[in-house]
Amino acid sequence: MGLRVNLIEMPGLIGKKIGMTSVFSADGKNLPCTVIETGPCVVTQIKTLEKDGYEAVQFGFLEKSEKHTNKAEAGHFKAAGVAPQRHLVEFKGAEREFKLGEVITVDNMFEENIYVDVVGTSKGKGFQGVVKRHGFGGSERTHGQQSQLRSAGSLGASSWPSRVMKGKKMAGRTGGERVTIQNLLVLKVIPEQNLLVVKGSVPGAKGSTVIIYK
Amino acid sequence: MDLIKVAEQAFDQEKNFPAFKAGDTVTVGYRIKEGNKERIQEFRGDVIKIVGHLNKKRFTVRKMSGNVGVERIFPMDSPFVETITVNKRGKVRRAKLYYLRERTGKKARIKERRY
Repeated sequence: MGLRVNLIEMPGLIGKKIGMTSVFSADGKNLPCTVIETGPCVVTQIKTLEKDGYEAVQFGFLEKSEKHTNKAEAGHFKAAGVAPQRHLVEFKGAEREFKLGEVITVDNMFEENIYVDVVGTSKGKGFQGVVKRHGFGGSERTHGQQSQLRSAGSLGASSWPSRVMKGKKMAGRTGGERVTIQNLLVLKVIPEQNLLVVKGSVPGAKGSTVIIYK
Repeated sequence: MDLIKVAEQAFDQEKNFPAFKAGDTVTVGYRIKEGNKERIQEFRGDVIKIVGHLNKKRFTVRKMSGNVGVERIFPMDSPFVETITVNKRGKVRRAKLYYLRERTGKKARIKERRY
């Protein structure tokens, strides 16, 4: 199969980040929270130890048209008997048996007051200096500083080793990478609209795809 | 449909406070914690502004404590705000009564709205 599919070690679902808001908790704290449209996901493949060498269940999220599905993908979805899906993710550690073509909604997978991890692609920030990219301190504002306020300082030693060490933190492309945020408290599950409300922020822009798992 | 609004409504505390506007005199009963005891304290004053919407609505109450002005901001949805009673309806010509901050005594009065 020529499909590249994310593999997550824990049971979970695929979702879309809707945006952030804040709510009051019972003890009067104003909690920042993120609203995620989670599922409904459809089972597109069940991987077994005998056939694939590992056990996992593959979920699809968001339907797409036949026109945007290549032949390899079309065959894959036809075998499962489901409509073509935009996003596919495999999850290990299923808590129960799944059937091909089964639709999983948010209330099947998550309940309130549990902790989840969320994977997303962080917002791209372009070419950034070391202060933003790696959290360097920059240098003094006063005492005769000129144009080195946010500079990286020394890159290393002198005649030995006579080169810059590999992996030296420097300026460059920032963001747009896969980021996992762990232990976000689920504040609310709203099955009617497939919404999941978690405490705290989630990587990525509004509308970006995220993976939520336990 | 705005899904964020759906989520916010799911947290709605369904508090039935009476409607009030800027210029009204209200008494807000809010819970305060002293050590491990809880009691309700009252704060009475003029509403000088109302901002926000839905669960983020909040209002500022100004009162004169002696000759010092005291302002408190109350979030409508905060669990600490227990009761709101409207004592007087005021007749004012703007929504934000910041001009009251520069006035004291008789000048700082708000005319009562009569029906």
